[in-house]
Amino acid sequence: MRHIIAVLLENEPGALSRVVGLFAQRNYNIESLTVAPTEDPTLSRLTLTTAGDDSKIEQIMKHLYKVVEVVKVVDLSEADHVERELMLVKIRAEGDAREEVKRTADIFRGQIVDVSPNGYTVQLSGPSDKLDAFIRAIGKLAILEVARTGVSGIGRGEKILSV
Amino acid sequence: MSGGEMLIRALQDAGAEYIFGYPGGSALHIYDAIFKQQKIEHILVRHEQAATHMADAYARATGKPGVVLVTSGPGATNAVTGIATAYMDSIPMVVISGQVPNNVIGTDAFQETDMVGVSRPVVKHSFIVKNPEDIPAIVWKAFHIASTGRPGPVVIDVPKDTTDPEILATYSYPKDIKLRSYNPAVKGNGRQIRKAASALLNAKRPIIYAGGGVIIGDGSEALTRLAKTLNYPVTNTLMGLGCFPGDDEQFIGMLGMHGTFEANMTMHHADVILAAGARFDDRVTNNPAKFCPDATIIHIDVDPASISKIIDAQIPIVGQVGSVLEDLAEAVESLKSNDAALPDAEALGEWWERINVWRASHGLDHNMAIEPDKPILPQQAIQSLYRATNGEAYVTSDVGQHQMFAAQYYKFAEPRRWINSGGLGTMGFGLPAAMGVQFAYPEATVACVTGEGSFMMNMQELSTCLQYGLPIKIIALNNQALGMVKQWQDMQYGGRHSQSTYSDSLPDFKTLVEAFGHIGFKVENGADLDSVMDEAFSPALKNRLVFVDVWVDPHEHVYPMAIKGGSMQDMYLSKITTSIQGDYM
Repeated sequence: MRHIIAVLLENEPGALSRVVGLFAQRNYNIESLTVAPTEDPTLSRLTLTTAGDDSKIEQIMKHLYKVVEVVKVVDLSEADHVERELMLVKIRAEGDAREEVKRTADIFRGQIVDVSPNGYTVQLSGPSDKLDAFIRAIGKLAILEVARTGVSGIGRGEKILSV
Repeated sequence: MSGGEMLIRALQDAGAEYIFGYPGGSALHIYDAIFKQQKIEHILVRHEQAATHMADAYARATGKPGVVLVTSGPGATNAVTGIATAYMDSIPMVVISGQVPNNVIGTDAFQETDMVGVSRPVVKHSFIVKNPEDIPAIVWKAFHIASTGRPGPVVIDVPKDTTDPEILATYSYPKDIKLRSYNPAVKGNGRQIRKAASALLNAKRPIIYAGGGVIIGDGSEALTRLAKTLNYPVTNTLMGLGCFPGDDEQFIGMLGMHGTFEANMTMHHADVILAAGARFDDRVTNNPAKFCPDATIIHIDVDPASISKIIDAQIPIVGQVGSVLEDLAEAVESLKSNDAALPDAEALGEWWERINVWRASHGLDHNMAIEPDKPILPQQAIQSLYRATNGEAYVTSDVGQHQMFAAQYYKFAEPRRWINSGGLGTMGFGLPAAMGVQFAYPEATVACVTGEGSFMMNMQELSTCLQYGLPIKIIALNNQALGMVKQWQDMQYGGRHSQSTYSDSLPDFKTLVEAFGHIGFKVENGADLDSVMDEAFSPALKNRLVFVDVWVDPHEHVYPMAIKGGSMQDMYLSKITTSIQGDYM
């Protein structure tokens, strides 16, 4: 099963490589990874998606905690949460296709952020499967380039992840 | 003070007695700071790998972190094997590596290696020094992290500019630093401990399976107290030997791949297993799917990631093993005093009867009298060593058949006496390890059990031994082959000895050690074994390094040996017999 794990870690050089190295070393899979400093500049927040059965996810969480720079770890998918990913996608759009692409972007609540004579760049955010659906709707042939941020997430309600 | 001086001063303040190291360009400012002080003694090795094993064994014998200092590039990479060795066995160690100056890092400078990157998978943590004034706090943190929780090696990479004698900063060694991201557990959860006490007391077929964590976590005393209160059988892992007295009636030997028949049978048929500071290594469990089918497992470990990693634990307890075992012993005692019916004396009596049948039928004491026309058996050499040292020596070993024979036949009465590379299985560990122990305890008898293969991996340290007058006794079980490899080739590869023999090109070890300024003996005849062993450990040679080259039967295998893919009760017992499931129920 797919899990979204959020990690608070010390914003120090080398901390990220330790987390990424852990996954390679223990043969765990990373599907996506996103990391940036939080409102507290000494802390980074890292969100990663991985897959595995319960015992594997438990081991991943325990090993993440063992990384000395890791302060907190939470498996967001264990409870209600909001999950978002941002995608920028450059689409070939000429002639009749221009209107079609624009309409599809509207349906997905995407925004056109750049225009050129033969194409659009669309910005789209949402859960990963929505972004996948947009790519399918446009069709592989028309897609020139895709840049995705990877999943970021946060728990619903009053529960917070902090130091 | 300069950064170099602060580094050495901080090591003094951290309580370091010795630095095991080897100088080089990037470390020269630090070496100059060493020259200007007397408090810490620097031990000049002949190869950086040996420095790490010395520091590692010093830590294993004393419980205090060992300290290593190497230069950048090859100095650092040579240290990696020793760091990995310490990591796998959870040994506290602080490794300081010189590095090229900050302004040339990343330019492929002379002797530049990304040491933090290279060592990352085999360290508990690592630091790079950016500014000289950070050095005292980094050293404090390194010692703190290395020696608390589940111990392990910590690397401090020190770019040369941060130790520059021209750049001065004010020294202040911290008393305490709170690390918000590092708070290892000490006390175990009280409810879990009470649950464990009740499970233990209600067991019909119990066993205590104690590993290296009992030694590292200072739990030997509490473990012995608990085992004595309950009169339950105790088995040790390779790393745990000595945490319970090896000559005690309740001790049923080492378990696992080359464990005793009785230990493996007792494990397999147990209904409650108390696993203390052990990690269900594949060399113990054999096939995890077939592991101890009836057992409820209580697992005590300081590292939560060790619990339910290989085998699910029904009663996990996270905490420092010594502290948890003390609380558990107390809980068991109070529960027992409230209920005289616990534990079930009849069931326990029957259990011991079964265990004693296993013990009597297939213990290790095969008929091994020395016979005049037959080659010396390696087991006999260990028995002779045990006798000559009254079982009181510190014994280090290398890796292979001799290691297993030593583990099986030398009965360790105390913790921290048996020093070997269990997790990584590093050949070349034995000699430098013996040196590290001898530095820690100059008056102690230190024996290194080795094979000719392992010994040749770090024999350059014989020179270091002469320099520092280390009176180590080296017992080499010389079978003129890579014995364990050859055994596997005999058993699994139709006897095809691919690249495991070299009998036509071995040195004469007696002459070799004499060339290094030491004393050598060669024993080929069983009749001479005891007398040579006695001479090696005689008061006359107390201050000399002695090498005993014991030519042993090259065809001997280590038994019992687990049958691959089976359960713990599936073992080869000799070249022609196996334990057939059901026979010993």
